[in-house]
Amino acid sequence: MLDSSTIEMIIEGIGETLWMTCMSTLFGYIIGLPLGVLLTVTGADGIKKNPVVYKIVDVITNLLRSVPFLILMITIRPLTRLIAGKSYGATATIVPLTVAAAPYIARMVESSLKEVDRGVIEAAQSMGASVWEIIWKVLLPEGRTSLVVNATIAMNTILGYSAMSGACAGGGLGDIALRYGYQRWMPKILMITVVLLVILAQLIQMIGMFCSRVIDRRRT
Amino acid sequence: MEPIIKIQNLDKEFRQKNTEVHALRGVSLDIYKGDIYGIIGMSGAGKSTLVRCLNFLERPTAGTVIVDGEDLSALSDKELREKRKNIGMIFQHFNLLMQRSVLDNVCFPMEIAGVKKSEARKKALEYLEIVGLTEKANAYPVQLSGGQKQRVAIARVLASDPKILLCDEATSALDPQTTKSILQLLKQINREYGITIVVITHEMAVVQEICSHVAIIDQGNLVEHGTMEEIFLSPKSKEAKRLIYQGYENVAEMKGKRCVRIVFSENSSYEPVIANMVMAFKTPVNILYANTRNLDGVAKGEMVLQLPEDEPMAEKMIVWLKNAKLAVEELENYVGQ
Repeated sequence: MLDSSTIEMIIEGIGETLWMTCMSTLFGYIIGLPLGVLLTVTGADGIKKNPVVYKIVDVITNLLRSVPFLILMITIRPLTRLIAGKSYGATATIVPLTVAAAPYIARMVESSLKEVDRGVIEAAQSMGASVWEIIWKVLLPEGRTSLVVNATIAMNTILGYSAMSGACAGGGLGDIALRYGYQRWMPKILMITVVLLVILAQLIQMIGMFCSRVIDRRRT
Repeated sequence: MEPIIKIQNLDKEFRQKNTEVHALRGVSLDIYKGDIYGIIGMSGAGKSTLVRCLNFLERPTAGTVIVDGEDLSALSDKELREKRKNIGMIFQHFNLLMQRSVLDNVCFPMEIAGVKKSEARKKALEYLEIVGLTEKANAYPVQLSGGQKQRVAIARVLASDPKILLCDEATSALDPQTTKSILQLLKQINREYGITIVVITHEMAVVQEICSHVAIIDQGNLVEHGTMEEIFLSPKSKEAKRLIYQGYENVAEMKGKRCVRIVFSENSSYEPVIANMVMAFKTPVNILYANTRNLDGVAKGEMVLQLPEDEPMAEKMIVWLKNAKLAVEELENYVGQ
Protein backbone atom coordinates (compact mmCIF):
# COMPACT_ATOMS: atom_id res chain seq x y z
CA MET A 1 0.00 0.00 0.00
CA LEU A 2 0.92 3.65 0.13
CA ASP A 3 3.33 4.87 2.74
CA SER A 4 2.30 7.57 5.17
CA SER A 5 4.25 10.35 3.48
CA THR A 6 2.46 9.66 0.20
CA ILE A 7 -0.89 9.74 1.96
CA GLU A 8 0.10 12.98 3.63
CA MET A 9 1.08 14.43 0.27
CA ILE A 10 -2.23 13.44 -1.28
CA ILE A 11 -4.21 14.92 1.61
CA GLU A 12 -2.22 18.11 1.25
CA GLY A 13 -2.99 18.00 -2.47
CA ILE A 14 -6.72 17.80 -1.80
CA GLY A 15 -6.41 20.79 0.50
CA GLU A 16 -4.47 22.79 -2.10
CA THR A 17 -6.92 21.93 -4.85
CA LEU A 18 -9.89 22.98 -2.73
CA TRP A 19 -8.08 26.14 -1.66
CA MET A 20 -7.28 27.09 -5.26
CA THR A 21 -10.75 26.26 -6.53
CA CYS A 22 -12.64 28.04 -3.78
CA MET A 23 -10.47 31.15 -3.73
CA SER A 24 -10.43 31.44 -7.52
CA THR A 25 -14.21 31.05 -7.64
CA LEU A 26 -14.52 33.72 -4.96
CA PHE A 27 -12.19 36.17 -6.69
CA GLY A 28 -13.63 35.20 -10.05
CA TYR A 29 -17.07 36.23 -8.82
CA ILE A 30 -15.77 39.40 -7.18
CA ILE A 31 -14.62 40.48 -10.65
CA GLY A 32 -17.01 38.52 -12.88
CA LEU A 33 -20.32 39.23 -11.13
CA PRO A 34 -20.14 43.02 -11.55
CA LEU A 35 -18.96 42.55 -15.13
CA GLY A 36 -21.86 40.20 -15.84
CA VAL A 37 -24.28 42.71 -14.35
CA LEU A 38 -22.66 45.44 -16.45
CA LEU A 39 -23.07 43.33 -19.61
CA THR A 40 -26.75 42.67 -18.79
CA VAL A 41 -27.59 46.23 -17.92
CA THR A 42 -25.78 47.91 -20.82
CA GLY A 43 -26.74 45.26 -23.39
CA ALA A 44 -29.29 45.56 -26.17
CA ASP A 45 -32.31 44.72 -23.96
CA GLY A 46 -30.73 46.22 -20.85
CA ILE A 47 -32.26 48.73 -18.48
CA LYS A 48 -29.43 51.22 -19.06
CA LYS A 49 -28.40 50.60 -22.64
CA ASN A 50 -24.89 51.71 -23.48
CA PRO A 51 -23.51 50.15 -26.66
CA VAL A 52 -19.99 51.57 -26.13
CA VAL A 53 -19.53 50.20 -22.60
CA TYR A 54 -21.12 46.92 -23.64
CA LYS A 55 -18.83 46.51 -26.63
CA ILE A 56 -15.67 47.21 -24.58
CA VAL A 57 -16.54 44.66 -21.86
CA ASP A 58 -17.79 42.25 -24.52
CA VAL A 59 -14.50 42.35 -26.46
CA ILE A 60 -12.32 42.03 -23.33
CA THR A 61 -14.21 39.00 -22.03
CA ASN A 62 -14.12 37.35 -25.45
CA LEU A 63 -10.38 37.97 -25.82
CA LEU A 64 -9.55 36.57 -22.39
CA ARG A 65 -11.80 33.59 -22.92
CA SER A 66 -10.20 32.69 -26.20
CA VAL A 67 -6.70 32.25 -24.70
CA PRO A 68 -6.17 28.61 -23.64
CA PHE A 69 -5.66 28.37 -19.89
CA LEU A 70 -2.09 27.00 -19.89
CA ILE A 71 -0.93 29.67 -22.32
CA LEU A 72 -2.65 32.34 -20.24
CA MET A 73 -1.00 31.01 -17.10
CA ILE A 74 2.46 31.31 -18.65
CA THR A 75 1.75 34.66 -20.28
CA ILE A 76 0.68 36.42 -17.12
CA ARG A 77 3.52 35.05 -15.00
CA PRO A 78 4.93 38.56 -14.31
CA LEU A 79 1.52 39.62 -13.02
CA THR A 80 1.29 36.51 -10.86
CA ARG A 81 4.73 37.23 -9.39
CA LEU A 82 3.71 40.83 -8.75
CA ILE A 83 0.56 39.87 -6.88
CA ALA A 84 1.51 36.61 -5.16
CA GLY A 85 5.25 37.14 -4.76
CA LYS A 86 6.07 33.94 -6.68
CA SER A 87 4.82 32.16 -9.77
CA TYR A 88 4.50 28.55 -8.57
CA GLY A 89 2.48 26.75 -5.93
CA ALA A 90 -1.20 26.68 -5.12
CA THR A 91 -1.60 30.20 -3.78
CA ALA A 92 0.16 31.81 -6.75
CA THR A 93 -1.98 29.79 -9.16
CA ILE A 94 -5.07 31.52 -7.80
CA VAL A 95 -4.02 34.56 -9.85
CA PRO A 96 -4.14 32.98 -13.34
CA LEU A 97 -7.17 30.91 -12.33
CA THR A 98 -9.00 34.09 -11.37
CA VAL A 99 -7.99 35.84 -14.58
CA ALA A 100 -9.27 32.91 -16.60
CA ALA A 101 -12.45 32.44 -14.57
CA ALA A 102 -13.62 36.08 -14.32
CA PRO A 103 -14.61 36.57 -17.98
CA TYR A 104 -16.16 33.12 -18.07
CA ILE A 105 -18.15 33.93 -14.94
CA ALA A 106 -19.16 37.29 -16.39
CA ARG A 107 -20.74 35.47 -19.36
CA MET A 108 -22.46 32.97 -17.08
CA VAL A 109 -23.89 35.78 -14.94
CA GLU A 110 -25.05 37.62 -18.05
CA SER A 111 -26.92 34.58 -19.32
CA SER A 112 -28.51 33.98 -15.89
CA LEU A 113 -29.70 37.55 -15.53
CA LYS A 114 -31.06 37.62 -19.07
CA GLU A 115 -33.43 34.84 -18.04
CA VAL A 116 -35.16 37.16 -15.58
CA ASP A 117 -38.65 37.94 -16.86
CA ARG A 118 -38.65 41.23 -18.77
CA GLY A 119 -42.15 41.92 -17.45
CA VAL A 120 -41.02 41.85 -13.83
CA ILE A 121 -38.29 44.36 -14.63
CA GLU A 122 -40.86 46.53 -16.38
CA ALA A 123 -43.11 46.31 -13.32
CA ALA A 124 -40.24 47.50 -11.11
CA GLN A 125 -39.56 50.36 -13.54
CA SER A 126 -43.23 51.32 -13.47
CA MET A 127 -42.94 51.59 -9.67
CA GLY A 128 -40.12 54.08 -10.02
CA ALA A 129 -37.25 51.73 -9.13
CA SER A 130 -33.77 53.00 -10.04
CA VAL A 131 -31.22 50.97 -11.98
CA TRP A 132 -29.45 50.02 -8.73
CA GLU A 133 -32.69 48.97 -7.09
CA ILE A 134 -33.57 46.82 -10.08
CA ILE A 135 -30.15 45.15 -9.97
CA TRP A 136 -30.26 44.46 -6.21
CA LYS A 137 -33.94 43.79 -5.70
CA VAL A 138 -35.00 42.25 -8.99
CA LEU A 139 -32.21 40.95 -11.25
CA LEU A 140 -30.01 39.23 -8.67
CA PRO A 141 -32.73 37.79 -6.38
CA GLU A 142 -34.96 36.69 -9.25
CA GLY A 143 -32.04 35.17 -11.15
CA ARG A 144 -30.55 33.47 -8.11
CA THR A 145 -31.43 29.89 -8.98
CA SER A 146 -29.78 30.14 -12.35
CA LEU A 147 -26.86 32.06 -10.81
CA VAL A 148 -26.19 29.22 -8.38
CA VAL A 149 -26.50 26.55 -11.08
CA ASN A 150 -24.01 28.47 -13.21
CA ALA A 151 -21.73 29.04 -10.21
CA THR A 152 -21.60 25.27 -9.79
CA ILE A 153 -20.62 24.83 -13.42
CA ALA A 154 -18.04 27.63 -13.10
CA MET A 155 -16.54 26.06 -9.99
CA ASN A 156 -16.16 22.70 -11.69
CA THR A 157 -14.52 24.36 -14.67
CA ILE A 158 -12.08 26.06 -12.29
CA LEU A 159 -11.44 22.71 -10.61
CA GLY A 160 -10.49 21.35 -14.04
CA TYR A 161 -8.20 24.33 -14.73
CA SER A 162 -6.57 23.95 -11.32
CA ALA A 163 -5.63 20.37 -12.16
CA MET A 164 -4.29 21.56 -15.50
CA SER A 165 -2.11 24.11 -13.72
CA GLY A 166 -0.12 21.14 -12.38
CA ALA A 167 1.70 21.22 -15.72
CA CYS A 168 3.35 24.46 -14.59
CA ALA A 169 3.97 23.56 -10.95
CA GLY A 170 0.57 24.86 -9.94
CA GLY A 171 0.21 22.69 -6.85
CA GLY A 172 -2.72 20.51 -5.82
CA LEU A 173 -3.89 17.12 -7.10
CA GLY A 174 -3.13 17.89 -10.74
CA ASP A 175 0.47 18.61 -9.84
CA ILE A 176 0.76 15.30 -7.96
CA ALA A 177 -0.84 13.41 -10.83
CA LEU A 178 1.65 14.82 -13.31
CA ARG A 179 4.82 14.64 -11.22
CA TYR A 180 4.30 11.26 -9.56
CA GLY A 181 1.70 9.57 -11.69
CA TYR A 182 3.01 10.56 -15.10
CA GLN A 183 6.66 11.64 -14.91
CA ARG A 184 7.73 8.99 -12.37
CA TRP A 185 5.18 6.52 -13.71
CA MET A 186 3.39 5.60 -10.51
CA PRO A 187 0.03 4.44 -11.89
CA LYS A 188 -1.45 3.96 -8.45
CA ILE A 189 -0.98 7.61 -7.53
CA LEU A 190 -2.26 8.67 -10.93
CA MET A 191 -5.42 6.62 -10.40
CA ILE A 192 -5.96 7.91 -6.88
CA THR A 193 -5.67 11.56 -7.91
CA VAL A 194 -8.02 11.03 -10.85
CA VAL A 195 -10.59 9.34 -8.61
CA LEU A 196 -10.26 12.12 -6.04
CA LEU A 197 -10.75 14.80 -8.72
CA VAL A 198 -13.86 13.01 -9.95
CA ILE A 199 -15.23 12.79 -6.40
CA LEU A 200 -14.53 16.49 -5.82
CA ALA A 201 -16.32 17.42 -9.04
CA GLN A 202 -19.31 15.29 -8.06
CA LEU A 203 -19.45 16.84 -4.59
CA ILE A 204 -19.36 20.37 -5.97
CA GLN A 205 -22.10 19.48 -8.44
CA MET A 206 -24.30 17.89 -5.78
CA ILE A 207 -23.93 20.68 -3.25
CA GLY A 208 -24.54 23.32 -5.94
CA MET A 209 -27.68 21.67 -7.26
CA PHE A 210 -28.98 21.16 -3.74
CA CYS A 211 -28.48 24.85 -2.92
CA SER A 212 -30.15 26.00 -6.14
CA ARG A 213 -33.20 23.89 -5.29
CA VAL A 214 -33.42 25.06 -1.71
CA ILE A 215 -33.42 28.76 -2.62
CA ASP A 216 -35.93 28.42 -5.47
CA ARG A 217 -39.43 29.58 -4.50
CA ARG A 218 -40.94 28.77 -7.86
CA ARG A 219 -41.50 25.15 -6.88
CA THR A 220 -44.98 24.29 -5.73
CA MET B 1 -61.23 71.32 -14.51
CA GLU B 2 -57.79 70.27 -15.74
CA PRO B 3 -57.52 66.69 -16.94
CA ILE B 4 -55.30 64.46 -14.80
CA ILE B 5 -53.82 62.97 -17.98
CA LYS B 6 -53.54 65.14 -21.06
CA ILE B 7 -52.22 63.46 -24.17
CA GLN B 8 -51.43 65.75 -27.07
CA ASN B 9 -50.48 64.73 -30.61
CA LEU B 10 -48.66 61.67 -29.45
CA ASP B 11 -46.50 59.94 -32.04
CA LYS B 12 -44.44 56.83 -31.55
CA GLU B 13 -42.23 55.19 -34.13
CA PHE B 14 -40.18 52.10 -33.55
CA ARG B 15 -37.11 51.89 -35.71
CA GLN B 16 -35.74 48.43 -36.19
CA LYS B 17 -32.88 47.72 -38.55
CA ASN B 18 -34.65 48.35 -41.83
CA THR B 19 -38.28 48.76 -40.97
CA GLU B 20 -40.18 51.51 -39.25
CA VAL B 21 -43.28 50.77 -37.29
CA HIS B 22 -45.61 53.68 -36.68
CA ALA B 23 -47.29 52.57 -33.45
CA LEU B 24 -49.10 55.82 -32.65
CA ARG B 25 -50.11 58.69 -34.91
CA GLY B 26 -51.19 62.01 -33.47
CA VAL B 27 -53.18 60.66 -30.54
CA SER B 28 -54.82 63.29 -28.32
CA LEU B 29 -56.94 62.43 -25.33
CA ASP B 30 -58.02 64.01 -22.04
CA ILE B 31 -58.64 61.83 -19.02
CA TYR B 32 -60.19 63.38 -15.92
CA LYS B 33 -59.78 62.51 -12.28
CA GLY B 34 -62.04 59.68 -11.23
CA ASP B 35 -62.64 58.38 -14.75
CA ILE B 36 -62.33 54.75 -15.63
CA TYR B 37 -61.11 55.20 -19.16
CA GLY B 38 -61.14 52.24 -21.49
CA ILE B 39 -58.78 52.14 -24.43
CA ILE B 40 -59.83 49.39 -26.75
CA GLY B 41 -58.42 48.08 -29.99
CA MET B 42 -57.36 44.96 -31.82
CA SER B 43 -53.99 43.49 -31.04
CA GLY B 44 -51.28 45.52 -32.71
CA ALA B 45 -53.43 48.65 -32.69
CA GLY B 46 -50.92 50.49 -30.51
CA LYS B 47 -52.80 50.48 -27.22
CA SER B 48 -50.02 48.89 -25.20
CA THR B 49 -47.59 51.44 -26.59
CA LEU B 50 -50.03 54.20 -25.72
CA VAL B 51 -50.34 53.10 -22.10
CA ARG B 52 -46.54 52.83 -21.80
CA CYS B 53 -46.26 56.41 -22.97
CA LEU B 54 -48.41 57.45 -19.99
CA ASN B 55 -45.60 56.59 -17.56
CA PHE B 56 -42.79 56.94 -20.09
CA LEU B 57 -41.80 53.30 -20.05
CA GLU B 58 -41.80 54.18 -23.74
CA ARG B 59 -40.69 57.63 -24.73
CA PRO B 60 -42.94 59.06 -27.43
CA THR B 61 -41.28 60.20 -30.65
CA ALA B 62 -43.34 63.41 -30.65
CA GLY B 63 -46.13 65.00 -28.68
CA THR B 64 -46.63 65.57 -24.97
CA VAL B 65 -48.05 63.71 -22.04
CA ILE B 66 -49.06 65.88 -19.11
CA VAL B 67 -49.83 64.00 -15.93
CA ASP B 68 -51.24 65.94 -13.02
CA GLY B 69 -49.96 69.20 -14.49
CA GLU B 70 -46.42 67.98 -15.21
CA ASP B 71 -45.05 67.40 -18.69
CA LEU B 72 -43.32 64.02 -18.46
CA SER B 73 -40.79 64.84 -21.16
CA ALA B 74 -39.53 67.80 -19.11
CA LEU B 75 -38.67 65.63 -16.10
CA SER B 76 -35.19 64.37 -15.26
CA ASP B 77 -34.67 60.63 -14.77
CA LYS B 78 -34.91 61.05 -11.02
CA GLU B 79 -38.04 63.20 -11.20
CA LEU B 80 -39.59 60.73 -13.60
CA ARG B 81 -38.98 57.88 -11.15
CA GLU B 82 -40.66 59.91 -8.41
CA LYS B 83 -43.56 60.65 -10.75
CA ARG B 84 -43.99 56.97 -11.56
CA LYS B 85 -44.65 56.29 -7.90
CA ASN B 86 -47.97 58.10 -8.43
CA ILE B 87 -48.80 56.03 -11.50
CA GLY B 88 -49.42 52.38 -10.71
CA MET B 89 -49.48 49.71 -13.37
CA ILE B 90 -50.77 46.15 -13.56
CA PHE B 91 -50.09 43.70 -16.34
CA GLN B 92 -51.54 40.80 -18.28
CA HIS B 93 -49.01 38.37 -16.83
CA PHE B 94 -49.09 39.93 -13.35
CA ASN B 95 -45.29 40.35 -13.22
CA LEU B 96 -44.87 39.43 -9.58
CA LEU B 97 -41.45 38.72 -8.13
CA MET B 98 -41.46 34.94 -8.13
CA GLN B 99 -38.78 34.57 -5.46
CA ARG B 100 -40.57 36.81 -2.97
CA SER B 101 -43.51 35.95 -0.76
CA VAL B 102 -46.85 37.65 -1.38
CA LEU B 103 -46.25 39.97 1.57
CA ASP B 104 -42.77 40.93 0.34
CA ASN B 105 -44.15 41.58 -3.14
CA VAL B 106 -46.59 44.08 -1.67
CA CYS B 107 -43.74 45.60 0.39
CA PHE B 108 -41.64 46.13 -2.76
CA PRO B 109 -42.85 49.63 -3.74
CA MET B 110 -42.62 50.71 -0.11
CA GLU B 111 -39.00 49.51 0.04
CA ILE B 112 -38.29 51.70 -2.96
CA ALA B 113 -40.06 54.61 -1.30
CA GLY B 114 -37.92 54.11 1.81
CA VAL B 115 -40.71 53.11 4.19
CA LYS B 116 -39.47 51.39 7.36
CA LYS B 117 -39.68 47.62 7.12
CA SER B 118 -41.97 47.04 10.12
CA GLU B 119 -44.33 49.75 8.95
CA ALA B 120 -44.28 48.46 5.37
CA ARG B 121 -45.26 44.97 6.55
CA LYS B 122 -48.12 46.35 8.58
CA LYS B 123 -49.42 48.37 5.65
CA ALA B 124 -48.91 45.49 3.23
CA LEU B 125 -51.23 43.35 5.35
CA GLU B 126 -53.85 46.09 5.17
CA TYR B 127 -53.60 46.18 1.37
CA LEU B 128 -53.84 42.40 1.22
CA GLU B 129 -57.00 42.66 3.26
CA ILE B 130 -58.50 45.08 0.73
CA VAL B 131 -57.92 42.56 -2.06
CA GLY B 132 -59.06 39.68 0.16
CA LEU B 133 -55.81 37.72 0.34
CA THR B 134 -54.67 38.12 3.94
CA GLU B 135 -54.36 34.38 4.45
CA LYS B 136 -51.93 34.13 1.49
CA ALA B 137 -49.44 36.64 2.92
CA ASN B 138 -46.71 34.05 3.38
CA ALA B 139 -47.40 32.08 0.20
CA TYR B 140 -45.27 32.43 -2.91
CA PRO B 141 -46.70 33.56 -6.28
CA VAL B 142 -46.30 30.08 -7.79
CA GLN B 143 -48.86 28.78 -5.31
CA LEU B 144 -51.54 31.26 -6.43
CA SER B 145 -54.14 31.15 -9.18
CA GLY B 146 -54.16 33.78 -11.91
CA GLY B 147 -56.90 35.81 -10.23
CA GLN B 148 -55.06 35.72 -6.91
CA LYS B 149 -51.84 36.82 -8.60
CA GLN B 150 -53.62 39.81 -10.11
CA ARG B 151 -55.04 40.65 -6.67
CA VAL B 152 -51.52 40.64 -5.25
CA ALA B 153 -50.45 42.90 -8.12
CA ILE B 154 -53.32 45.25 -7.26
CA ALA B 155 -52.35 45.25 -3.57
CA ARG B 156 -48.77 46.02 -4.65
CA VAL B 157 -49.99 48.93 -6.73
CA LEU B 158 -52.06 50.29 -3.84
CA ALA B 159 -48.94 50.18 -1.67
CA SER B 160 -47.44 53.03 -3.67
CA ASP B 161 -50.55 55.11 -3.04
CA PRO B 162 -51.07 56.04 -6.69
CA LYS B 163 -53.35 58.66 -8.19
CA ILE B 164 -53.56 56.78 -11.46
CA LEU B 165 -53.70 53.08 -12.21
CA LEU B 166 -52.79 51.78 -15.67
CA CYS B 167 -54.12 48.32 -16.52
CA ASP B 168 -52.44 46.68 -19.49
CA GLU B 169 -54.72 43.82 -20.54
CA ALA B 170 -55.01 43.06 -16.84
CA THR B 171 -57.79 40.50 -17.27
CA SER B 172 -56.82 38.97 -20.61
CA ALA B 173 -55.17 35.93 -19.03
CA LEU B 174 -58.11 35.25 -16.73
CA ASP B 175 -61.33 33.27 -17.14
CA PRO B 176 -64.64 35.20 -17.41
CA GLN B 177 -65.64 34.68 -13.79
CA THR B 178 -62.29 35.80 -12.42
CA THR B 179 -62.26 38.70 -14.87
CA LYS B 180 -65.54 39.87 -13.41
CA SER B 181 -64.27 39.78 -9.84
CA ILE B 182 -61.05 41.62 -10.74
CA LEU B 183 -63.08 44.28 -12.57
CA GLN B 184 -65.31 44.68 -9.53
CA LEU B 185 -62.20 45.14 -7.40
CA LEU B 186 -60.90 47.82 -9.78
CA LYS B 187 -64.24 49.58 -9.62
CA GLN B 188 -64.16 49.47 -5.84
CA ILE B 189 -60.67 50.98 -5.82
CA ASN B 190 -61.79 53.71 -8.20
CA ARG B 191 -64.76 54.55 -6.00
CA GLU B 192 -63.18 54.31 -2.56
CA TYR B 193 -59.77 55.81 -3.24
CA GLY B 194 -60.63 58.10 -6.12
CA ILE B 195 -57.92 56.51 -8.26
CA THR B 196 -58.23 57.30 -11.96
CA ILE B 197 -58.01 54.08 -13.95
CA VAL B 198 -56.92 53.56 -17.55
CA VAL B 199 -57.93 50.17 -18.88
CA ILE B 200 -56.25 48.77 -21.98
CA THR B 201 -58.10 45.85 -23.49
CA HIS B 202 -59.20 44.15 -26.67
CA GLU B 203 -62.40 42.91 -25.05
CA MET B 204 -65.57 44.97 -25.33
CA ALA B 205 -67.03 43.10 -22.34
CA VAL B 206 -64.34 44.54 -20.06
CA VAL B 207 -64.96 48.10 -21.20
CA GLN B 208 -68.73 47.67 -20.87
CA GLU B 209 -68.40 46.30 -17.39
CA ILE B 210 -66.52 49.14 -15.72
CA CYS B 211 -65.58 52.02 -17.97
CA SER B 212 -67.11 55.46 -17.78
CA HIS B 213 -65.32 56.52 -20.97
CA VAL B 214 -63.91 54.73 -23.93
CA ALA B 215 -61.43 55.49 -26.70
CA ILE B 216 -61.08 53.28 -29.74
CA ILE B 217 -57.69 52.93 -31.30
CA ASP B 218 -56.98 51.38 -34.66
CA GLN B 219 -53.62 51.14 -36.41
CA GLY B 220 -52.14 53.82 -34.20
CA ASN B 221 -55.00 56.24 -34.73
CA LEU B 222 -57.54 57.29 -32.17
CA VAL B 223 -60.72 56.81 -34.19
CA GLU B 224 -63.42 57.66 -31.68
CA HIS B 225 -63.79 58.55 -28.03
CA GLY B 226 -66.47 59.64 -25.62
CA THR B 227 -68.52 58.44 -22.70
CA MET B 228 -69.40 54.77 -22.70
CA GLU B 229 -73.06 55.74 -23.11
CA GLU B 230 -72.43 57.87 -26.20
CA ILE B 231 -70.36 55.25 -27.95
CA PHE B 232 -72.71 52.42 -27.05
CA LEU B 233 -75.84 54.23 -28.17
CA SER B 234 -74.47 55.50 -31.45
CA PRO B 235 -71.05 54.33 -32.54
CA LYS B 236 -69.86 56.43 -35.48
CA SER B 237 -66.63 55.01 -36.80
CA LYS B 238 -66.35 51.67 -38.55
CA GLU B 239 -64.12 50.33 -35.78
CA ALA B 240 -66.50 51.42 -33.03
CA LYS B 241 -69.40 49.78 -34.85
CA ARG B 242 -67.42 46.61 -35.25
CA LEU B 243 -66.81 46.50 -31.51
CA ILE B 244 -70.34 47.39 -30.45
CA TYR B 245 -72.04 45.11 -32.97
CA GLN B 246 -70.03 42.08 -31.93
CA GLY B 247 -72.32 39.07 -32.09
CA TYR B 248 -74.53 40.40 -34.87
CA GLU B 249 -72.50 38.58 -37.54
CA ASN B 250 -74.31 35.41 -36.60
CA VAL B 251 -77.55 36.85 -37.91
CA ALA B 252 -77.24 36.06 -41.59
CA GLU B 253 -80.37 37.74 -42.95
CA MET B 254 -79.41 41.04 -41.44
CA LYS B 255 -77.14 42.15 -44.23
CA GLY B 256 -78.62 44.25 -46.98
CA LYS B 257 -82.13 44.49 -45.55
CA ARG B 258 -83.87 47.29 -43.75
CA CYS B 259 -82.50 46.78 -40.24
CA VAL B 260 -82.35 49.09 -37.25
CA ARG B 261 -80.65 48.72 -33.90
CA ILE B 262 -82.50 50.06 -30.91
CA VAL B 263 -81.20 50.48 -27.38
CA PHE B 264 -83.51 50.51 -24.40
CA SER B 265 -82.56 52.74 -21.54
CA GLU B 266 -83.96 52.27 -18.05
CA ASN B 267 -87.31 54.07 -18.39
CA SER B 268 -88.25 52.62 -21.76
CA SER B 269 -87.83 49.04 -20.62
CA TYR B 270 -90.99 49.22 -18.49
CA GLU B 271 -93.18 49.52 -21.56
CA PRO B 272 -93.82 46.83 -24.18
CA VAL B 273 -92.51 49.12 -26.90
CA ILE B 274 -92.22 46.65 -29.76
CA ALA B 275 -95.63 45.12 -29.09
CA ASN B 276 -97.18 48.58 -28.96
CA MET B 277 -95.57 49.52 -32.26
CA VAL B 278 -96.76 46.38 -34.02
CA MET B 279 -100.29 47.06 -32.79
CA ALA B 280 -100.15 50.73 -33.75
CA PHE B 281 -99.01 50.01 -37.32
CA LYS B 282 -100.77 46.66 -37.69
CA THR B 283 -97.61 45.46 -39.42
CA PRO B 284 -95.23 42.86 -37.99
CA VAL B 285 -91.50 43.39 -37.56
CA ASN B 286 -88.87 40.71 -37.33
CA ILE B 287 -86.64 40.58 -34.27
CA LEU B 288 -83.23 39.43 -35.50
CA TYR B 289 -81.18 39.90 -32.38
CA ALA B 290 -81.78 40.82 -28.77
CA ASN B 291 -79.46 41.06 -25.86
CA THR B 292 -79.00 42.84 -22.56
CA ARG B 293 -75.64 44.21 -21.61
CA ASN B 294 -74.41 45.55 -18.37
CA LEU B 295 -73.07 48.99 -19.11
CA ASP B 296 -71.10 50.48 -16.25
CA GLY B 297 -73.53 48.87 -13.81
CA VAL B 298 -76.67 49.80 -15.74
CA ALA B 299 -78.54 47.16 -17.70
CA LYS B 300 -79.10 48.15 -21.32
CA GLY B 301 -81.28 46.21 -23.70
CA GLU B 302 -80.41 46.18 -27.36
CA MET B 303 -82.34 44.75 -30.24
CA VAL B 304 -81.97 44.51 -33.99
CA LEU B 305 -85.26 44.77 -35.87
CA GLN B 306 -85.97 44.05 -39.49
CA LEU B 307 -88.56 46.61 -40.61
CA PRO B 308 -91.07 46.08 -43.43
CA GLU B 309 -89.87 46.45 -47.03
CA ASP B 310 -92.44 49.21 -47.45
CA GLU B 311 -90.27 52.36 -47.29
CA PRO B 312 -92.78 54.95 -45.95
CA MET B 313 -93.93 52.45 -43.33
CA ALA B 314 -90.34 51.80 -42.21
CA GLU B 315 -89.70 55.55 -41.99
CA LYS B 316 -92.78 56.02 -39.87
CA MET B 317 -91.72 53.23 -37.57
CA ILE B 318 -88.30 54.79 -37.04
CA VAL B 319 -89.92 58.08 -36.09
CA TRP B 320 -92.25 56.23 -33.77
CA LEU B 321 -89.36 54.44 -32.05
CA LYS B 322 -87.46 57.68 -31.68
CA ASN B 323 -90.49 59.30 -30.09
CA ALA B 324 -90.56 56.42 -27.60
CA LYS B 325 -87.18 57.79 -26.43
CA LEU B 326 -85.15 54.91 -27.79
CA ALA B 327 -81.78 55.23 -29.42
CA VAL B 328 -82.39 54.16 -33.00
CA GLU B 329 -79.79 53.52 -35.61
CA GLU B 330 -79.97 52.15 -39.10
CA LEU B 331 -77.64 49.30 -39.86
CA GLU B 332 -77.82 49.64 -43.64
CA ASN B 333 -74.18 50.40 -44.07
CA TYR B 334 -72.99 47.83 -41.66
CA VAL B 335 -71.50 44.80 -43.34
CA GLY B 336 -70.19 42.59 -40.60
CA GLN B 337 -66.50 42.18 -39.93
